[in-house]
Amino acid sequence: MIAARNNFICHLKAATPVLLLIVPLVLAALLADQFGSIGVLRSVTEALIKIVVVVGLYIFIGNSGVISLGGTAFMAIAAYATTWQTCCSMMKPMVMSGLPEFLKHMTVPFAPAALIAVALAGLAAFISGLVLMRLSGLAAAIGTLALLFIVNVTYSNWDSVTMGASSVVGIPTYVTVWIALAAASGSIVVAYLFQISRAGLALRATREDEIAAQAVGISIFRTRLLAFTISGAVLGLAGVLYAHFLGVLAIDMFFMQLTFLSLSMLVVGGMGSLAGAVVGVVSLSLVIELFRTLERGIWLGETKASLPAGSQELVLAVIMLCILIWRREGIMGWKEITWPFTRHQPVSASGEKIEAAA
Amino acid sequence: MGYFLQVVIDAVSLGSLFALVSLSIGLIFGIMRLINFAQGDFVTIGAYSLLAPAAGAAPVLFLGALPWPLMIVLVLAVVVVLALVTERVAFRPLRNAEPATLLVSSFAVSYFLQNLVIVLYTSRPKALSLGTEISTVVDIFGLRIASIQLLTIVVTITLLVAISAFLRFTPLGLQMRASAENFRMARLLGVRANRVIAGAFAIAGFLGGVVALLLTAQTGVIDVRAGATLAVFGFFATVIGGMGSLVGAALGGFLVGAVSAVLQTILPADVRPFRDAVVFAAVIVVLLVRPRGIIASKSKERV
Repeated sequence: MIAARNNFICHLKAATPVLLLIVPLVLAALLADQFGSIGVLRSVTEALIKIVVVVGLYIFIGNSGVISLGGTAFMAIAAYATTWQTCCSMMKPMVMSGLPEFLKHMTVPFAPAALIAVALAGLAAFISGLVLMRLSGLAAAIGTLALLFIVNVTYSNWDSVTMGASSVVGIPTYVTVWIALAAASGSIVVAYLFQISRAGLALRATREDEIAAQAVGISIFRTRLLAFTISGAVLGLAGVLYAHFLGVLAIDMFFMQLTFLSLSMLVVGGMGSLAGAVVGVVSLSLVIELFRTLERGIWLGETKASLPAGSQELVLAVIMLCILIWRREGIMGWKEITWPFTRHQPVSASGEKIEAAA
Repeated sequence: MGYFLQVVIDAVSLGSLFALVSLSIGLIFGIMRLINFAQGDFVTIGAYSLLAPAAGAAPVLFLGALPWPLMIVLVLAVVVVLALVTERVAFRPLRNAEPATLLVSSFAVSYFLQNLVIVLYTSRPKALSLGTEISTVVDIFGLRIASIQLLTIVVTITLLVAISAFLRFTPLGLQMRASAENFRMARLLGVRANRVIAGAFAIAGFLGGVVALLLTAQTGVIDVRAGATLAVFGFFATVIGGMGSLVGAALGGFLVGAVSAVLQTILPADVRPFRDAVVFAAVIVVLLVRPRGIIASKSKERV
């Protein structure tokens, strides 16, 4: 009995960093659903989807310490995959004439379509990872960037299947705040389970010291490949959500702009911890929302004052640079969120030391 | 034969622009391990300095209204100052950061500059003609060559010669080469880091200004993203040619231009749009097989 109880407490303790991230998100979704305007509800939903994106990036970048700039490519792959399966049964045979016969005349239900899309993104990550994970450091960043460009060029010219540079419209929009919340929580749980798993710990060891990690028998290539694949699948989920949230799909939605935005969220929050990923999305989403409002204009007495378009991005870039210059470890500084009042400051759940940022 | 030569001219003139960009990126990377994506935005801002900030589609001339010698000098000055300010404000505090962090910070700078242009000029592309003399066609041995292509090639070759002379024969040039070889050792021997890096940025700015003028003269359109596209190719060209090796960087630029132009000619029409993917895939292959690029620099630990 006591053993069982201890066991339960033990599990609860291990799950604290996850619960402390998910519970506030649930509250935010509840509040937005109950009291928020449609605009607020949409913003919250979008932020939750962004959490999936950034957590997806974090699974690879955070644990491996290698910067990948190709994450959005997997979002694009999954977004198009789900669109091919679910979108516009009437128009499909005409505008996407290059699709295989069975896809042309079939509409797949949402859930299996999403699963297949996510699996395809994961597979794409695995295959490209077979090549890219042989690179490290700066070369890996460059290689993944090249991957992003390859996918972009391919999809924007593969007219018979992707409608080229024009947008696909009329994708069913089933993503509500609750679906986004479920996906965000799910991705947080996946990321956490990975980072406390054996493979996750091994990967974190390679981040701290590649040579020492190899010396104790860790294969850098294999652990990175695993993380890259999981990360690709989670990013695929984010791509699916984007497509079915906006109802519109164009390849340039998943290009440099989104790459920069999601990467800055990760950097600002702190790429060393899962909490950093979530905090980064939340804080930058708030800033963006504020400046979007200012760009639309606010009434100051009689006159309407508004900032010119583009100022939101300027602020974002400045925040990013300031963080890089003055607080490179990000807001969370490699720490997970734990109860502030535990007497013994627990070693972060993965058992890793925090000093790496120094 | 004539057709073949035509392709060669296209290849060399496209490669020239890439070479100027990749040389700027390679020069800075060699010294401080920074891949400067903002190089493309130096070009963009150089082009926009020809215009006065205005929201309308009709361009309002600013530097572009001046007589051309003055215009060239001022555009170059604007971009050089911009490059120096960028270095001072954004990159100097990050000098000891990891290369990947520096790469991310240069994304931030590039994003900032692009959106600065949008705030000042809106994101609408603007048409601008830099005189009619340069849009003529010259007849050489039966070949019809746009004079701007010829100008681009001549200017590029002149600049490449001038820069290698500068690096070889001036004290600052010598210090730059020493820093590219081994920055720490160079500093221990009394090379001033700030001076060398500022010098590299000044050259990068100068080249950026030249590219801005050539590009505007060639296309007649000024667009917010024009420079960034160029920077992407220039950057990948640097990787292919060899990061840290200046000859490699310039060669990589010409090579990427040549491959693009040749693929454009030999690929069947329905595959042609995908030709850029070939260049990008080549980057990955080079990184895997020959990580130091085609012309490997002598010092170890590059990309």
